[in-house]
Amino acid sequence: MTVGFIMMCHTAFHRAAQVARHWAEQGAPVVIHVDARVSKQDYAALGRSLADLDIISFSTRYKCEWGTWSLVAAAQSASEQMLARHPEVQHVFLASGACLPLRPLAELEAYLTAHADTDFIESVTTTEVGWTVGGIDMERFTLRFPFSWKTRRRFFDAYVNLQRRFGFRRRIPDDIMPHLGSQWWCLSRQTLSAILEDPERPTYDRYFSRVWIPDESYFQSLARLHARNIESRSLTLSKFDVQGKPHIFYDDHLQLLRRSDCFVARKIWPKADKLYATFLASPSPRSEAMIDPETLAEPNPSKIDRLFSKAVERRTRGRPGLYMQSRFPKRDHENGKTSAPYSIFQGFSDLFENFEGWLAKYVGARVHGHLFSPDRAAFAGGETMFNGCLSDSAALRDYNPRGFLTNLIWNGRGERQCFMFSPRDTQEINWFTATDPNAQISVISGAWAVPLFHSKMAFSDIRREAARLQQIEIDQLNILRSMFVKARVRVWNMADFIENPMEPLQMIVDEISPRATRRLSEAPQMVDLTGFGQFLQSLKNQGMQPRLMGDFPVTGDLLQHPPRRGRSYMVK
Amino acid sequence: MGLKAAIRLRRERRLRQWRAFRKRRQLKLVADRTAAIRPSDVIVFCTLRNERVRLPYFLRYYRDLRVGHFIFVDNGSDDGSREYLTEQEDCTVFSTHASYKASAFGIDWLNHLLRIYGTGHWTLTVDPDEFFVYPFCDTRPIDALTDWLDTYAIRSFPAMLIDMYPKGPIDAEPYREGQNPFEIASWFDAGNYMISRNPKMHNLWIQGGPRARVFFAGEPIAAPSLNKIPLVKWQRGYVFASSTHMILPRGLNMVYDAWGGEKPSGCLLHAKFLSPLSGKVAEEMERREHYAGSREYEAYRAQLSHEPDLWTKWSERYINWRQLEILGLMSKGNWA
Repeated sequence: MTVGFIMMCHTAFHRAAQVARHWAEQGAPVVIHVDARVSKQDYAALGRSLADLDIISFSTRYKCEWGTWSLVAAAQSASEQMLARHPEVQHVFLASGACLPLRPLAELEAYLTAHADTDFIESVTTTEVGWTVGGIDMERFTLRFPFSWKTRRRFFDAYVNLQRRFGFRRRIPDDIMPHLGSQWWCLSRQTLSAILEDPERPTYDRYFSRVWIPDESYFQSLARLHARNIESRSLTLSKFDVQGKPHIFYDDHLQLLRRSDCFVARKIWPKADKLYATFLASPSPRSEAMIDPETLAEPNPSKIDRLFSKAVERRTRGRPGLYMQSRFPKRDHENGKTSAPYSIFQGFSDLFENFEGWLAKYVGARVHGHLFSPDRAAFAGGETMFNGCLSDSAALRDYNPRGFLTNLIWNGRGERQCFMFSPRDTQEINWFTATDPNAQISVISGAWAVPLFHSKMAFSDIRREAARLQQIEIDQLNILRSMFVKARVRVWNMADFIENPMEPLQMIVDEISPRATRRLSEAPQMVDLTGFGQFLQSLKNQGMQPRLMGDFPVTGDLLQHPPRRGRSYMVK
Repeated sequence: MGLKAAIRLRRERRLRQWRAFRKRRQLKLVADRTAAIRPSDVIVFCTLRNERVRLPYFLRYYRDLRVGHFIFVDNGSDDGSREYLTEQEDCTVFSTHASYKASAFGIDWLNHLLRIYGTGHWTLTVDPDEFFVYPFCDTRPIDALTDWLDTYAIRSFPAMLIDMYPKGPIDAEPYREGQNPFEIASWFDAGNYMISRNPKMHNLWIQGGPRARVFFAGEPIAAPSLNKIPLVKWQRGYVFASSTHMILPRGLNMVYDAWGGEKPSGCLLHAKFLSPLSGKVAEEMERREHYAGSREYEAYRAQLSHEPDLWTKWSERYINWRQLEILGLMSKGNWA
């Protein structure tokens, strides 16, 4: 079985020549099409460099512009030349000047012998492809495209819209079922000559010459008419990214390419010396006859597919919660305001003694103190710095509080971050955290009054401070009740919470570490609240209205009856 | 963009072009090898003063990346830097004794030279202590990157400044000529950078790192900018507006994705905190030729007198570009 190669070249001719020589020296005929826009000198130089091989020939040159019929016309005339000049050729392989063979020619020939009747051409109906440029798929076949997409985009779009508005449609020739696919194919002699010698060809050519990007649809659709056995995949490994540009292979892809078992790959960076040197090294003298078609490896590009789809993902979605020099999303386009879930506790450290220590015991998380306190960021363990050299300086933090928080979550990824919050802290991140789905915000409203209750300040100062903190917390709760909230928000007033603290605590802890089966066996130590009701009454008597604590009786003490329902957790 | 803003920006761009044009007379051509520049060459542009000991490694580093040519402006070195550079076959050297400060910290000179020699080329504008790191730089030469950028019609490529520092006092281990500076200054801050967007020029303003936390913790707004756009496919009419932090027309500053994705980016490893720093600081304080009344050097001097250690136990030791990528300081974007 002989395979003939058609090479479409427009640049990097020394590389194209190298590849053509590689194939020709092993006995495969090569027809080279050189873009008519290439200078005479370059064309002549290419011809000279391959003059010693008479199974290499050059076909009629067309001016090739992306997305136009010229590419198909060039492939047609090169195919005709190949079929006419080389009757021994049974399969024709369409390649480009940036292609590189990855496996010995003998293996490709053995593979094609084993699939003598098969045409390898990716050919998919328009409804099934998801990769079309500009969102135009079926319309490629029904609209007209007189303006270049690359150079006159505005006209192109306007004309497409105009035709859409007026419901303009071209008629598709009756027997054509539009199919799309990679323009790099390998067709059997029989199919290719049937396409080229079809009596209806002038009709088809006329039709396809006005279709957009016909090199992705002409052979792909016509093969469906003539082929006996279509394998809808390309033997050329060629991947495109979101913007329709082919991914490029470099020297460091060597192992990946070698293990892919693909026959031909594109596009290769012309200066990838190692790739060219390795894959074009003089082939082992194995002939086709010595290769057992049974043991021939099937092409398996999945690893490369994964690499490239990850790259596309990186470009389009990015890493959630990362803000950096080349990723700085607008508001609400963050795709993750922060990189990982985190928890904010408000009021807990006022109500319980050493709440941080207690929480750290029950959840596998880094529990910080008041990260946003006015004097410094209280990192876990009293450290002056956190991962990534995040400083505890309040000035640096308040210079960009949002950046501070997102840095903290990003730097601590892999470990859940929890921190304490209160109306005494910098409030600037409130909207940000409230609208962040990663945030779990638990608030015991009014608990900020407890430290005041214990403080030795003059009562008039206490009263003023209480009014200030209450206003701050009211503003914050308004944010947390707004319709834009995305965080997991829980708010209890203080009276409700101390009635039965274990249930909400268990709920929060379960949410932080859902797989931990451990039940809370011990409640955190609540501070002494004896006389708190009286304290609130005094505030009222001074003319301030404490609104966030819930109902505390002036006499009688809530704490003298330890929460009964909470006990059930302690049994286990 | 409103018409007013457009006019204002254009005026600023023209002004900077005019300044660059006027300052051309200050530059004296010492060694002209520009005839050897090939059309596809990436060219490094650099202003320096008294950097003799660092130059051999600097040249080697960029030659290894397959940079084609170097264009230097020597600002009155007296340590043999100029003589050394004029001996190099791939270096074109200009000399000037004019004020660095009056030339907008060298940018006027470079804008002029970029226009003359850089037009149509990929140009890399760096200081002698900045080392460009980009995705795959250990396996792919710089023209792999620029060819790739060309296929996407991308005109500028960002590289944030990463301040590198040694463990222990900065002057403890002396730097030897030809040595890789990051053998000594091999540590950096991984995650304390503060970013905001400049509404006028559309660039990102990045501050942070050891300089912010040690020297400017009390006054973060004065902390040095770390955002840079050193790699530009130069066209007539482009000007750097403030060092390589910003460039006009401002579309070139849009090197970041605002819709959640990541564009490709690199880093400039900054070998500033390397001996002999104290000597340099003293000299620069004497000359007062640096940005914002040399407040940066003022801050260094205040701290350097008691031998600060920038190193902390949270510092990250530099390994390679992949590490910077994983840490989120740079990105491969869709380059695979």
